[in-house]
Amino acid sequence: MHHITLDGETDFDGWRKAARTLVLNDVSPADVTWRVQGDAPELFESTTPLPDPPNATFNVPAKFVELVKAAILHRNSERFAILYRLLWRLRGNHDLLVVATDPDVAEVAAMAKAVHRDEHKMHAFVRFREIGREQKSHFVAWFEPEHHIVELAAPFFARRFADMPWSILTPDVCAHWDGHAVSITPGVAKAEAPTEDRLEETWRRYYASIFNPARLKVKAMQTEMPKRYWRNLPEASLIKPLIESAERTASAMIAHAASEPHKSQKRQEPPMKRKQAADDIEMLREEAADCRACPLWKDATQTVFGEGPQNAQVMLVGEQPGDKEDLAGKPFVGPAGQMLDRALDEAGIDRSKVYVTNAVKHFKFVPRGKIRLHQKPNTAEIKACRQWYERERAAIKPVLVVAMGATAAQSVFGKITPINKSRGRLIDLEDGATALVTVHPSYLLRLPDADAKAQEYQRFVADLKIAAALLRKSAHAA
Amino acid sequence: MDVQRKLEILADAAKYDASCASSGTEKRDSSDGKGLGSTSPGMGICHSYAPDGRCISLLKVLLTNACNYDCLYCVNRTSSNVPRARFTVDEVVKLTIDFYRRNYIEGLFLSSGIIRSADYTMEQVVSVARKLREEHHFRGYIHLKTIPEADDALITEAGRYADRLSINIEVPEEASLAKLAPEKDVRAIRRTMGRLRLKLDEAQDNNNNNKTVTKAKPPLFAPAGQSTQMIIGADAADDKTILHTSANLYGSYKLKRVYYSAFSPIPDASRALPLAAPPLVREHRLYQADWLMRFYGFDVGEIVDDAAGMLPLDIDPKLAWALRHRDRFPLDVNRASREDLLRVPGFGRKAVDRIIATRRVTSIRAADLARLHIPRNKALPFIVLSDHRPQPHLLDGAKLAERFRPKATQLGFGF
Repeated sequence: MHHITLDGETDFDGWRKAARTLVLNDVSPADVTWRVQGDAPELFESTTPLPDPPNATFNVPAKFVELVKAAILHRNSERFAILYRLLWRLRGNHDLLVVATDPDVAEVAAMAKAVHRDEHKMHAFVRFREIGREQKSHFVAWFEPEHHIVELAAPFFARRFADMPWSILTPDVCAHWDGHAVSITPGVAKAEAPTEDRLEETWRRYYASIFNPARLKVKAMQTEMPKRYWRNLPEASLIKPLIESAERTASAMIAHAASEPHKSQKRQEPPMKRKQAADDIEMLREEAADCRACPLWKDATQTVFGEGPQNAQVMLVGEQPGDKEDLAGKPFVGPAGQMLDRALDEAGIDRSKVYVTNAVKHFKFVPRGKIRLHQKPNTAEIKACRQWYERERAAIKPVLVVAMGATAAQSVFGKITPINKSRGRLIDLEDGATALVTVHPSYLLRLPDADAKAQEYQRFVADLKIAAALLRKSAHAA
Repeated sequence: MDVQRKLEILADAAKYDASCASSGTEKRDSSDGKGLGSTSPGMGICHSYAPDGRCISLLKVLLTNACNYDCLYCVNRTSSNVPRARFTVDEVVKLTIDFYRRNYIEGLFLSSGIIRSADYTMEQVVSVARKLREEHHFRGYIHLKTIPEADDALITEAGRYADRLSINIEVPEEASLAKLAPEKDVRAIRRTMGRLRLKLDEAQDNNNNNKTVTKAKPPLFAPAGQSTQMIIGADAADDKTILHTSANLYGSYKLKRVYYSAFSPIPDASRALPLAAPPLVREHRLYQADWLMRFYGFDVGEIVDDAAGMLPLDIDPKLAWALRHRDRFPLDVNRASREDLLRVPGFGRKAVDRIIATRRVTSIRAADLARLHIPRNKALPFIVLSDHRPQPHLLDGAKLAERFRPKATQLGFGF
């Protein structure tokens, strides 16, 4: 039989050293007892001295060390033996720790969890009381931890309250911070701790006021803040009276008919917007902001209207705003917009002189977790939105309209228009303007093959160069 | 009026906002000796609990409860006869620091009634945060309410000081907001959420790009993200509508949380609203459904029974889903995919993680359920274990649903 005496309740190093020696000497858990210095000694038992640790070594998973460091702080007096038994078994079965259903693993995990919970509760429920004022003040708390966690929990307070001296007194040990280091001293009696603080009445008033008597859930409170902590919480004296008066207060609120309200403000109806023969782009934009012509407005953030100078020679029409455009309220600011900018630049067209818009002005999507999946607008939606395209075009009067992609082409020509048949050549529109059809820049983004992507990009630029040539011609003519 | 009285009024005015999280932000502390406070990015800390079961993590107050708006559901609406108060910037700063030093709180949650204009109100709110951060080097948690339509520069500044920003969508349906809160505009709320998301994305991109290049930290923007709140039961929206609104908001604005707040009787309530005990169970079911969407792989469309439109109150939404999809069970726990395991009633995410790790080494038996913290009665009819198979007709019978319905109890305040 081996009797191990550890230096203290939290003596991880001592346990580790002893356990290592025992395992290497093949000492079965049944042949070891564990005690802490100062406990009553085991009577009638003689200790077999341990041989020196042999030079052999063995590995344990890192997770085991982490578990033991926590579980050893548990107040369960059997913990040293349970941990040794786990170590003993672990040597023969390296995968043991992942078996959550093993009774020893489950017990040690539960102890470690209880310790961490107690540590967390200590971080939460310590209440400092100020001694002295201002420059010379010292903050002192009294706390009664469930497990041996003071040393574990103290660094948190040092990091948080680095600029004030504090002490946390407990019956086990006390922790102190002087602005430089944490020191640990023996436990004290509660009588040593201060009994009040000038802020506690204010804190209690806050506690009472933030409580909603119409939703009493005492059990939920007690699960998270068990009664054993109450005696050291200044606000806990209010719990009973608040519960007792809650139902009365809540019923009174329900029974008490509303008093005569102050003069209520009526929403002002937005003034009807005047329709003008020739629309101004800014007025169109305002009007379109409230568009409800199809259901797409509902899930979207906002109408994304066209943008560009009123006297633009070219009007670029895309499909619909995407995720970024919907958030920013501006067309072509996302990845497709960047692609477009690059291609315009290469084709020799200044984007700031171009009017950019979309055939459909709300983002159509379905949410998938944290992202939104783009959905193609249907014919009804394109039709419903076409009025805006038409009025934009009437206001801008561009020489050339570039339809990018099938949706844009459908809107520009008023009918389904296949891209491949029409792209790359100038098409006369009824009112004398010219149209050009090409792909949508997001089509280029979607191509998986790098070669195809480069090739298609060049075709896109080539299409835009046709537009650039027309612009130069029209500028020359003017 | 003394500060204590103001605190009573302005905390009372703030308590209908459910959010009190202090988690998920960047790691900060004051160990350099120059400031006060730290954050707890992992879990957040609840320093107390009120008998309403809600955590008290932050000093949650309004700067003022005077408000130009007349939102019927709100205790602070302009037509309400509640007493009014207004903190000075310094009063809030001092209270925050005083409470923080005593370890009462993790930080500040500051909101405000709308006074004068959106910009004026936002500037007041921001100036509290500015003072805490710049003058007192406060490193604790700050949550600021964002006022829709506030100037972009103010919002950028708010994001620099705050850990979290939030704007409340208020009610699930746009039409009901127009009725209940005539001055509020869902479109303005959504546009501002959109602006916040763009700023959050930008800060994150900078941060990612910056990791390898230089040591200097790029300017942060609300590292704990944005959240919102919906009031439940003040309008007629059903649970299906509510969850669709949530899914839309999560997808569109990358919200960290949508808080559901059962409409609760308020002092001096409007006659236009239901004056009844708040639908707490419904609120709880909505949170469960929200979790199913975010962590359990459920699509928003499959959580609520289409015919009903509402989540059942007597059983949880996952169990209700399983009872509607019995053909997918029983599931062999020792073989099933992670996605399928997450759909078993009573199986939490941690339990599923443990099952997957454990079954690589040894098979799982009925006796193991307790050690996995899985409620036996709920799970057993739906699963096959190496020593358990549910009775053949159990899954087909009408009795299965009955088994889970709680025995009738007296309704009232849970005690």
